[in-house]
Amino acid sequence: MSAVAHTEDHAEDHAHDHHHKETFITKYIFSQDHKMISKQYLITGLIMGIIGIAMSLLFRMQIAWPDHQFTVFEVLLGKFGTDGVMDPSIYLALVTIHGTIMVFFVLTAGLSGTFSNLLIPLQIGARDMASGFLNMVSYWLFFLSSIIMVLSLFVEAGPASAGWTIYPPLSALPQAIGGSGLGMTLWLVSMAIFIASSLLGSLNYVVTVINLRTKGMSMTRMPLTIWAFFVTAIIGVVSFPVLLSAALLLIMDRSFGTSFYLSDIYIQGEVLHNQGGSPVLFEHLFWFLGHPEVYIVLLPALGITSEIIATNSRKPIFGYRAMVASILAIAFLSTIVWGHHMFISGMNPFLGSVFTFTTLLIAIPSAVKSFNYITTLWKGNLQLNPAMLFSIGLVSTFITGGLTGIILGDSTLDINVHDTYFVVAHFHLVMGISALYGLFAGVYHWFPKMYGKMMNKNMGYIHFWVTAIGAYGVFFPMHFVGMAGLPRRYYTNSNFPYFDDLQDTNVLITLFALLTAAAQLVFLYNFISSIFYGKKAIQNPWKSNTMEWTTPVEHIHGNWPGDIPSVYRWPYDYSKIDDDGEYVIPGQDFAPQTTPMQEGEVELHH
Amino acid sequence: MTVFLTIVVIALFGITLWQMSKILKLSQQGNGEHSEVANDKDNDIQGKLMLAFVIFLYVLTGYCFIMYRSYFLPESASEHGIDYDLLMFISMVLIMFVQTITQGLLHFFAYQYRGKKSNKALYFADNDKLEFIWTIIPVVVLAGLISYGLYTWTDIMNIDEEEGNPLMVELYAYQFDWRARYAGEDNELGKANVRFIEGINTLGVDVSDSYAMDDKIVNELHLPVNRKVIFKLRSQDVLHSAYMPFFRAQMNVVPGMITEFAYTPILTTEEMRMSDFMVEKVATINEIRRAKSKELVAKGEESLEHYTFDYYLLCNKICGASHYNMQMKIIVESEEDYEAWLKTQSTFKEQLSAQASN
Repeated sequence: MSAVAHTEDHAEDHAHDHHHKETFITKYIFSQDHKMISKQYLITGLIMGIIGIAMSLLFRMQIAWPDHQFTVFEVLLGKFGTDGVMDPSIYLALVTIHGTIMVFFVLTAGLSGTFSNLLIPLQIGARDMASGFLNMVSYWLFFLSSIIMVLSLFVEAGPASAGWTIYPPLSALPQAIGGSGLGMTLWLVSMAIFIASSLLGSLNYVVTVINLRTKGMSMTRMPLTIWAFFVTAIIGVVSFPVLLSAALLLIMDRSFGTSFYLSDIYIQGEVLHNQGGSPVLFEHLFWFLGHPEVYIVLLPALGITSEIIATNSRKPIFGYRAMVASILAIAFLSTIVWGHHMFISGMNPFLGSVFTFTTLLIAIPSAVKSFNYITTLWKGNLQLNPAMLFSIGLVSTFITGGLTGIILGDSTLDINVHDTYFVVAHFHLVMGISALYGLFAGVYHWFPKMYGKMMNKNMGYIHFWVTAIGAYGVFFPMHFVGMAGLPRRYYTNSNFPYFDDLQDTNVLITLFALLTAAAQLVFLYNFISSIFYGKKAIQNPWKSNTMEWTTPVEHIHGNWPGDIPSVYRWPYDYSKIDDDGEYVIPGQDFAPQTTPMQEGEVELHH
Repeated sequence: MTVFLTIVVIALFGITLWQMSKILKLSQQGNGEHSEVANDKDNDIQGKLMLAFVIFLYVLTGYCFIMYRSYFLPESASEHGIDYDLLMFISMVLIMFVQTITQGLLHFFAYQYRGKKSNKALYFADNDKLEFIWTIIPVVVLAGLISYGLYTWTDIMNIDEEEGNPLMVELYAYQFDWRARYAGEDNELGKANVRFIEGINTLGVDVSDSYAMDDKIVNELHLPVNRKVIFKLRSQDVLHSAYMPFFRAQMNVVPGMITEFAYTPILTTEEMRMSDFMVEKVATINEIRRAKSKELVAKGEESLEHYTFDYYLLCNKICGASHYNMQMKIIVESEEDYEAWLKTQSTFKEQLSAQASN
């Protein structure tokens, strides 16, 4: 606790002493300021995102035109793309690394890391994170793990290629696939460091939210963003260690001859000595993280949209308590549904029944959230900023993707669509696209806070609409391809004439993917040029209630010059009127949390 | 018709760009107000685009269901698959109903309540009754779905070896092919383990097990119609998954353990080939293949073979570089044809002695 006190004191001192000099290194590189760390997370995440999306374009091109030779394959894949023909093993590697990068590096670190760091201290009224130092370490571990993951792409025998779920024995045996050699080792090392980073970050978020809220900021007055980040961090702390142990056991099987996951294997003319292990054990351990991971990715996005939808609707979020309860229910249920990834893994079918039950239960809080979003729009005065469009887009893809979850979560129906493109379409919509929309919404909304500049809204509109059409264009038809029984992770479908008539649709999907990716260039241009040439932001451009907009546009260490303001109300007093039908604060349709209750005003939301 | 969708997309994209350029112009003229925050004009245009978008979504949905209807798998070739298909149909109808309504409301509200300076939003923070209703509806509906689903699941997964006279078949997976082992006269599979793999005994069958002697190892799966088959699945190296989409059947193949799945085929290969659905589907496929063959021949390559439908088993768990081509043909035929075929296959004992005499 002394460290905390010290940080606070330091921040206090600093707030009063503006002439204190910081070196380039302490300000931009080894910064302990949560706002700078948040930007570091964002930029690293975006760079990883570019790599991840570029990979998806490569393998989509391969699926759409399997007989075609692409020079780009030769340029980017080297010996794995000789003469412009993609090697089947590098196809699997691309699929694997795309999944890993997007799930962990972009949507976990890039999304939660960025916005938890930026918003937790700002929205609860804290000078910084509980431990600025651990926060810095957390970012640099993430950076290190990113570097190792990227380096693993250049390994002689190819990067990890056993799918992002790295099921052994495939991931354990270099004899089974080239990528399970050094590539897999680097993958495991990178992920181990990533987990350490994530744990340090999460612990910091939890401690900060519990201890450092400003006066008046009770738990029930916290913005839903904070609730989401807080609960996400808890799920992370609960489930990531299990992935670490799964990875450790895998490392032991790979390097030290143990048999946790391996048994009765004959490969390349040789019987392995391993006996008694089971890959099913790995599946359990992996999905014990893997499923909560979906919510680690999604909850922050839902938190961000809750905030943005309320602000831009000029209305309170509908059913605040139900939203908090849903977040908690989702978090709890998410830790007991992992088995729905394993209905046909060979585990006892009775377990399948249990997991079907818990899985379909999780649909209830999800449905409540969707209905609450829709009701928040109802009779609002919607300010359709790019952030708002992405938030509405998120609700749309969350519903579409969530509904197909009802099919996949049903053990019976899972039998025939398991591991087909139906699954791919489902999870890309519900967690991939939705979380990305959350990320974009957050960037558009808090860009003024991060960089003191405004992003160009017209480019934002173009970005949204092309992405919205493209994303549905990619993933909606993909359900139908999956219903035809087309398996995922197939290098080419041409060995099954039965799939010949799906080819046109695969081409269409790839075209949409290329279009959507092109739209992201608009975003990148807008992002970078706005940092340098964007219009200067005012303090509270979206007329928002939350506390981050009470800080000055120019970043200062410690966030608020002078004392931290106190909080007197919940964050959603938008368009609140008194008995005469006038806004509670005359002439302004919002009442920031730091505004004391007006005379004669009643608290309406509890 | 793919063209149609493409045109719709391009048109919508065009409209978007056109509207964008319009706003761009307008915003350049009226530089009085603080820019980069949506103004009434933006709200108006974006709200209308929201409405256009939900129409796009409906058109896309309709297009997919109509144009891709031949993508859906044909009627189930197994007994339990009929229940499966019914459950799938009910779930599909339900989710499409919810999808249509919620997407409609979401985008319609986005359009209807697009902001204007003069408008006032309604302060509406809570309504317990409303929230209760939309909690209880999913609860009831899902409870129904869960019970129905679990009932079917237990039915499918409850494999009783005593009931009737089920055929015992082992499916053996290895990188990158399948083998099937029939239990033979005694309908009892001999023991096996990868440690017994030697020479011609590629499945590692235990030569000291008397049950194994009459087993028959083949690379094409023949099944008699209307008789339950119990599959015992065994892997030699990594995880595989035996996926038989036409029978609504799938089970992972796990090294170190024996997994199982059972079904009763009810349509012979011939019957499936003659079904209206399959006749049309195969005709379409062959048309595509002919067109492609022409191109190939023009390039001096071999043309594609004419396609006739057969059931297949494919690997559906990533298993290595050639995962995409790990398949086995399945032939469902009458009991007599099946028996006749089985007679022509040699037993494990015969294979062993053939090896010994070489």
